[in-house]
Amino acid sequence: MNTLAHKIIMALTGLFLCFFLLIHFLGNTQLFLPPEHAQQSFNAYSSFLTGNFLVKLVSYVLYLSILLHAIYALIISKKNNNTGGHYKDDQRARSSKWYSRNMGVLGTIILIFIVLHFQNFWYVYKFGKISLDPWGHKDLYTVVVTAFQQGWLVIIYVLAMIALAYHLIHGISSGVRTLGLFNPKFVRWINVFGIWYSIIICTGFALMPIFIYFTHK
Amino acid sequence: MKLNLKVWRQKDRFSEGKMVDYSLDNVNTHMSFLEMLDTLNDQLIRNNEEPIEFDHDCREGICGQCGVVINGIAHGPLKNTTTCQLHMREFKDNETILIEPFRALGFPIKKDLKVDRSAFDRIISSGGFVSVNTGQAPEANSIPVSHDIAEAAFDSAACIGCGACVATCKNGSAALFTAAKITQMALLPQGKEERSHRVLNMIAQMDKEEFGHCSNTEACEVECPQGISVLNIARMNYEYNRASFLRSKKR
Ligand code: FES
Repeated sequence: MNTLAHKIIMALTGLFLCFFLLIHFLGNTQLFLPPEHAQQSFNAYSSFLTGNFLVKLVSYVLYLSILLHAIYALIISKKNNNTGGHYKDDQRARSSKWYSRNMGVLGTIILIFIVLHFQNFWYVYKFGKISLDPWGHKDLYTVVVTAFQQGWLVIIYVLAMIALAYHLIHGISSGVRTLGLFNPKFVRWINVFGIWYSIIICTGFALMPIFIYFTHK
Repeated sequence: MKLNLKVWRQKDRFSEGKMVDYSLDNVNTHMSFLEMLDTLNDQLIRNNEEPIEFDHDCREGICGQCGVVINGIAHGPLKNTTTCQLHMREFKDNETILIEPFRALGFPIKKDLKVDRSAFDRIISSGGFVSVNTGQAPEANSIPVSHDIAEAAFDSAACIGCGACVATCKNGSAALFTAAKITQMALLPQGKEERSHRVLNMIAQMDKEEFGHCSNTEACEVECPQGISVLNIARMNYEYNRASFLRSKKR
């Protein structure tokens, strides 16, 4: 496989993950509801997701995307480390954005976060001991609320969302370029769209633990 | 003006190089950077030392033969300027200037500041041409090309192949160079004939030459003496995706 094919895998998996984030975000906005409402609707929503065959299929595509995105990132970075030049005096930073040069670092932070995030909620929901709410659904809402009573966890989540925002700002425009969008006007639109998409979604996600931390005492 | 120079000296492809200090007096501010190096070489020759080898040809910013990394930036501090068009007035008296060759795995150092950029030639030979019969020049208006298309093709064709994009890229990627060459031809009716072959072959050759992946940091566009746009890379990606799709359909 050549370098462009590697990049296409990165772009397709990455853009799919961006789209998934939107769905994940919209579903989770239920956490902003008043507690008694939020508990019912969030838990009902979660159990709807686990029961659905289509959602299950999408979830496998999701795991595969995360895996492929990380593996190809590793393959690409390994080659690039080797092919790039190193200078005694290196002032090349002036000509590009820091986050575009450090996608690997940001990606690693996000990957560590994903593992933590899966362990916090996904694992507990699937395999952990979890009580039922008054409506007979697994009470994920209480798990979420209890987790975000820990200030340090809230801080980690917020930091991860900052990393994610920068990763997405570069990732969206870079991914679309890899797919071959070259019309200057559309490229400009996509870049602006990508910036707003990243900022809105990541800020929204970051507000969830903060909101829960301050409203449930 | 007086300058303190730190220059990369390397005997040949296989030996280790190092930075060597030189000091140079009486530098005229109107000199170009290459003339300053000529003056230094003159001084070295008079002292019976070996002169510094560096590449150059036209010295008017059009051939793409010159190119060194000056204080950590390909072609030095000025935007859209080749090394030969950079003048000493851009530097301060008594300044220390670091001069290194372009570095990338695809550009092995031959000697001192001279690098082997023949990888670019091989990329061109693999597809950067149109197959037409030679002979008398055909009537210019027999294949109409609109003004906008002609201008866009010229913008891409402005690439002088100096390699600053590769030297600037943290990945040592030749995407901007290859993309400019692919785009200039993909835009024109003469080039459309072989577009699929061209892009597949040129990218295969680019990879064979040990250039890295493009990660779209866009540093290449900033440091390119000709300001070649990164949208050429987008066009190359489009051409590549199109060609791979068509090829898979044929199978
Ligand atoms: S020597 Fe020809 S471009 Fe500098």
